[in-house]
Amino acid sequence: MSENQNPQPDASHEVTVAPEAGNAVVPADRFTDPGVPEHKPRLTDTDPRAAKRAERTVTLLFVLSILGTVGSIVAYVLVPPDGTTGGVRLSTLLIGLGLAVSLLGIGVAGIHWAKTLMGDREFVQERHTLATQGEARETAIRDMNEGLVDSGVVGRRGVLKGAFFGALALFPLAIAVPLIGSVGGDWNVSSFKHTMWKRGTRLAIDPSGRPIKASDVTVGSVFHVIPETTEEFRESHEWVTEKSKAVVLMVRLNPEDLRTDQSPEGETWSHEGIVAYSKICTHVGCPVALYEQQTHHLLCPCHQSTFDIADSAKVVFGPANRRLPQLPITVDDEGYLVAQDDFAEPIGPSFWERLK
Amino acid sequence: MSTATHDTQREAPAKPTTTVGKAADYLDQRTSIGVAVKEFARKVFPDHWSFMLGEIALFSFVVLIISGFFLTMFFEPSMALTRYEGEHPASMHGELMSVAFASTLDMSFEVRGGLLMRQIHHWSALIFMASIVVHMMRVFFTGAFRKPREINWIVGLLLMILGLAAGFTGYSLPDDVLSGNGLRITDGVVKSIPLLGSFLSYLIFGGEFPGHHIVPRLFTLHIFVVPGILLALIALHLFLMVLQKHTQYPGGGRTDTNVVGYPALPVYVAKMTGNFFLVFGVLALMGATMAINNVWNYGPYDPSPVSAGAQPDWYMLFLEGSLRLMPGQGTEWVIFGYTLSWNILIPAVVVPGLLFTFLFVYPFIEAKVTKDDREHHVLDRPRNRPARTGLGVAFLTAFIVLALAGSNDLIATHFGLSINAITWVFRILLFVGPVFAYSVTRRICLGLQRKDRELVLHGHESGRIVRFANGEYIEVHTPLDEQERWLRVNYDSPAPLEIAPKTDARGVKRKGYASDKRWQRLSRFFYEDRVEPVTPAEVAAAHSHGEHDQLGESDERPAVEAGAGTTSREH
Repeated sequence: MSENQNPQPDASHEVTVAPEAGNAVVPADRFTDPGVPEHKPRLTDTDPRAAKRAERTVTLLFVLSILGTVGSIVAYVLVPPDGTTGGVRLSTLLIGLGLAVSLLGIGVAGIHWAKTLMGDREFVQERHTLATQGEARETAIRDMNEGLVDSGVVGRRGVLKGAFFGALALFPLAIAVPLIGSVGGDWNVSSFKHTMWKRGTRLAIDPSGRPIKASDVTVGSVFHVIPETTEEFRESHEWVTEKSKAVVLMVRLNPEDLRTDQSPEGETWSHEGIVAYSKICTHVGCPVALYEQQTHHLLCPCHQSTFDIADSAKVVFGPANRRLPQLPITVDDEGYLVAQDDFAEPIGPSFWERLK
Repeated sequence: MSTATHDTQREAPAKPTTTVGKAADYLDQRTSIGVAVKEFARKVFPDHWSFMLGEIALFSFVVLIISGFFLTMFFEPSMALTRYEGEHPASMHGELMSVAFASTLDMSFEVRGGLLMRQIHHWSALIFMASIVVHMMRVFFTGAFRKPREINWIVGLLLMILGLAAGFTGYSLPDDVLSGNGLRITDGVVKSIPLLGSFLSYLIFGGEFPGHHIVPRLFTLHIFVVPGILLALIALHLFLMVLQKHTQYPGGGRTDTNVVGYPALPVYVAKMTGNFFLVFGVLALMGATMAINNVWNYGPYDPSPVSAGAQPDWYMLFLEGSLRLMPGQGTEWVIFGYTLSWNILIPAVVVPGLLFTFLFVYPFIEAKVTKDDREHHVLDRPRNRPARTGLGVAFLTAFIVLALAGSNDLIATHFGLSINAITWVFRILLFVGPVFAYSVTRRICLGLQRKDRELVLHGHESGRIVRFANGEYIEVHTPLDEQERWLRVNYDSPAPLEIAPKTDARGVKRKGYASDKRWQRLSRFFYEDRVEPVTPAEVAAAHSHGEHDQLGESDERPAVEAGAGTTSREH
């Protein structure tokens, strides 16, 4: 501690405390850097038997790795998956364990080798200021300026420069325009606003496609509903896209429980307590699938928006802002449930021109 | 070879004799690789366990490429519909599904080792993002982003964002119910963007959601565009790291003008290679033993079903939580007939925008309020920068609250709590939590700094009580050794900015004063409360109480032998 009484300014810090030190407070009186701590020898540095032991451990770990690789190949050959989930799991486990032993063997061996047998003396190397210094810097500046002068753009030919940058900025358009023109299909974004429900389309069970008779819907039951269509159509891409908009959740409540629905004055969009609402959440479009019979609440499992089916599917909790659009329904001559029309408003999440 | 001298001719004077030597000579005569070997073979790298975090990210990326290559051999990125002909799993036999989903089933059940590679790939992606985040935390809290490493911090941030993009595009490829609903949420978010939303949705899906273009498009992004940019930026990240030389933790002999550590050859090469195999080994173990993303349980994408308790991969949880927390009522505005959905824009665009902006601008803000233009190569101890550490913990608190909110349904079902109550708690915590975390962390840092001062001034408590001849009792304090002390006194403690006065000598208002004033206010926020490092004079003053002369004389003797003589006293 004797140096404390007689503090010396630290030479290395003296250099860095330049004007660019800004508002770092650097007291004139500082402790001196004690320097890199002394090297402490390891057991393997002093005891040859320990070194020998470490060498054997490392060798053993490499051998273990080889055994792991062999084990993995043996597992590949001898334990083919028999097709059941359990069989696949077993094959995965055995090949994977072999691979893991093979890799971990090498990893642990390498690190043990480095830590016990390779030199552990710390070295000190100087850093150089990153900014180019002295003559190199001056040469660089001179070369740069000469190059600019040679190019003939310095200080004149504004039109030339404008044309040059203009051409560079514009040429990607020749690729971008055809790309963007086609990448969005027909760009007919108004199709968000309509679904395939039409006047008279029968409500059918998802996924079987069987139409639903009003008399089959008991009070309290929930139906996942799709529009009735042909089997061929239901195996096409168009169907997946149409279904994404058209899915409906249908519930039968006690007519006295049904406080309101979305039908305007003088019309009815429900049938004897049966109401059908779009299943696509008005928040970001998840299927709203969790229905709680007691409270008549419909919960979206993605972000917990909760809608009250008995009260025109209005939002009672969560991040959704709008109620679920109602599908107006009635029954046809044969007693099947049918749509009166398409939804009165676009289903699903909001978008800019939704109400246009 | 290394004995080449200037006055000899082209041939190396000493002919290599060993096989390795001959090979090296062959290569050197054609590529002058000797220059690179001279530069890098014994290049010194500082050592610390936390420097390994970035390595883990790098190595899990390598594992992603290896396992990803395996998967591309069997995956078919097509949304054409097919009936699954495979016998296994039985539940999927004869189902209508996309070719992408069918090929995922096929590679899981028919390709030996296929499921293993799928699971390794998925786990690697999770570990890749986790190690990036933890590596960033190390860089942030130790101030490694300061000059000259601001550019590398930005490169690192871009790598993290690309990692998110890689994860997102890969997650959606199997075309299962879970990832399909994830895409649908993305579609909902994209549609909420003012003016362009619907068109961006069409741009992504090639028409209406889901269409039949999205899987091949995501595939191209996932295996070509994103990893290509990732590779280029990783190369830049490492190049800058080598060029600027790695930072080092503070300690004896370590300054901003040197680098103290072990040579690349052999220690670093061995440790890094070993670490690669360890990371790969652990990922293989995870892939072998821990099932992940069993898509056959979810089934092929169908717009109707959805499973409760579904979670995105962990690095997307904060966005999911953000969406869940936003109250919906009254947040959808209709302006001149156009719809503006704040309930989606705020959580999905504004919140992540703020989080990422903070990360992008922080190094520059801090440099400005510190008025610091020096090169920094010695890391800060987090306690020595209380405001920075506090802000970092506040940021993490916000991130964690959002991520937990993304699992609010699981928390509700596991602990039997009301989901509405949990959501409300998280809504409040999102605002209160970071402020609280900032203030507590900052206080803890200041406390630790004061503790450091105490230690330097008075030494360690030894627990030994000594009675003086005059009857006075003191506790013996062992002085810190030089290294311990140096660690605690060797730091800068910046003061708040000082600015030029509002008016000049002749009373004319100065331009730019208002801006200076704002920066000063921010600087005060950072550096108002400071604990300065102990100076030798202060130690001397602390020792000068009481038996000063006697203490000074006997200081050099070892504590135990010297008994009461070496003590400094608790004041």
